[in-house]
Amino acid sequence: MTKGGLLPKGFERQSNSGSQEKYEEVKPSTKSMTLRISKFNPEKDNTSTFLEFPVSYEKWTTVLDAILEVKNYHDHSIGVRYSCRQASCGSCGMIINGKPKLACFTKISELDSNVVTVEPMNNFPIVRDLAVGFERMFSTHKRMKPYIIREDSEISPGAKEFLQTPEDVEKYIQFASCIKCGLCNSACPTMTTDSSFVGPQGLAQAYRYIADNRDQGKDKRLRIIDEPHGIWRCHFAGSCSQVCPKGVDPAMGIQLLRGYLLGYRK
Amino acid sequence: MSNIMRESHIMKIHYLTALVAVGFVIIHIMIRFTHGSFANSLEFESVIANYKSIPYAVVLEAMLILISVHGFNGLRIILLELKQGSTYENAVTYGCLAAMIILIAYGSRTIIMATMGMV
Amino acid sequence: MDKDRKEGIKGMANPGRYGIERVAYWLMRITGLGLLFYFIGHIYETSSLLDGKAAWNSMLELTQTTEGHIFLTLVIGMCVFHTGNGIRLMIAQAGFGLGKPRRPDYPYTPSSLNMKNKLCIYVSIGLAALAMMYGLGVMYDV
Repeated sequence: MTKGGLLPKGFERQSNSGSQEKYEEVKPSTKSMTLRISKFNPEKDNTSTFLEFPVSYEKWTTVLDAILEVKNYHDHSIGVRYSCRQASCGSCGMIINGKPKLACFTKISELDSNVVTVEPMNNFPIVRDLAVGFERMFSTHKRMKPYIIREDSEISPGAKEFLQTPEDVEKYIQFASCIKCGLCNSACPTMTTDSSFVGPQGLAQAYRYIADNRDQGKDKRLRIIDEPHGIWRCHFAGSCSQVCPKGVDPAMGIQLLRGYLLGYRK
Repeated sequence: MSNIMRESHIMKIHYLTALVAVGFVIIHIMIRFTHGSFANSLEFESVIANYKSIPYAVVLEAMLILISVHGFNGLRIILLELKQGSTYENAVTYGCLAAMIILIAYGSRTIIMATMGMV
Repeated sequence: MDKDRKEGIKGMANPGRYGIERVAYWLMRITGLGLLFYFIGHIYETSSLLDGKAAWNSMLELTQTTEGHIFLTLVIGMCVFHTGNGIRLMIAQAGFGLGKPRRPDYPYTPSSLNMKNKLCIYVSIGLAALAMMYGLGVMYDV
């Protein structure tokens, strides 16, 4: 077997129908690039530095693959968060060539550059190297009361399940796709200077629950976001939606949420 | 201002002043154009004659108030985003309010005195 | 180092990286501040009316110069862009022109950053440029 598990050139194989098939060898597309990784240990360092590593990559190699190769073979001390490797968990958010992206969801070949620079996400405190602290984002998320608020409950005696039509679900399901990766908060221009701003993630989640017709906590949530560093510090720059890897489109959620406060929506 | 008024009310005023001010600014520019060439419209007598007209003076006063409110609220928003802390935020809010009132007072003085012929 | 590692003004003031909507946000800030400072200056300069014709003419000598005309042209451009983009923002923030929420699917293109919004931004910039050219023409009696 050649690399990739394919049969050698010209090898003929009998298929189930009895006809003969030919398999061609896949030509390797290995290229090289330089991976610049930001290193910072808050216990020892005053400022971050960049280390450079040469990395070979294929058409399908992701930035996370490259970082893990460097971690495995060059510098074991690189601090990086990752888990699912398939853009489901939101762990591997970082700045890749100046833009917040998920490392597992970004192919090196798509970056079109011989040098790939990875840094920890902006607007988050660094834990170590590429890993950042999410305490503030999670506490803001909790402030938005990210759960269905109702007086009654599906488990009360005699109660039925809360039914929703597909149309009801379509109104909020987009915003329920949020994986809390924090890329939107990293891209937001308001968050570059305003540490008290709720952020696109929190506001989109507030809308997710307000738009859910099972929820009765709309007024509570609107009161929380109607403050000087709440929804009104969003100016629809749209950077959050640009970088969101799951199509949540927080900018849309925030503008729709504004409608409740401006009186366009009830 | 957030202690006096909810942020949503402040922003409704911000949007309303913007919309109404646009209308008045268009009227202001169109009226200037009715005075011949650009250079002629800036002659002292031509400008004073405009102020003598009460509707025009009302337009000017309205623009002054609307644009001052909109502009200083915008400045307040930008400054609030730059730094946080209750002392700073209160200073910015009341500072912008004070600057707004001072500018409106100063501009109104010009309009009222020019309209009343005290030039 | 700032605890939250905020990018700071450098991050807010950088209009690149994220598309035309971020550029519009940045221009909106710049034009807003520019117009506010112009407005304060304008109120001050028009108050010279009260000091008589001589004071008014001496104020005009300051402003009716090439630099003054160029500055006023910029003000015209700032005013038109700020108005046009402001109207676009008010319409978008009311929830119009954003598309409808729907189940997201690859490649996860955001519906709110659609061609309508982008077109409105480009139209605002175009109108500002046209207004500046017209203003220059009026000031120089072309």
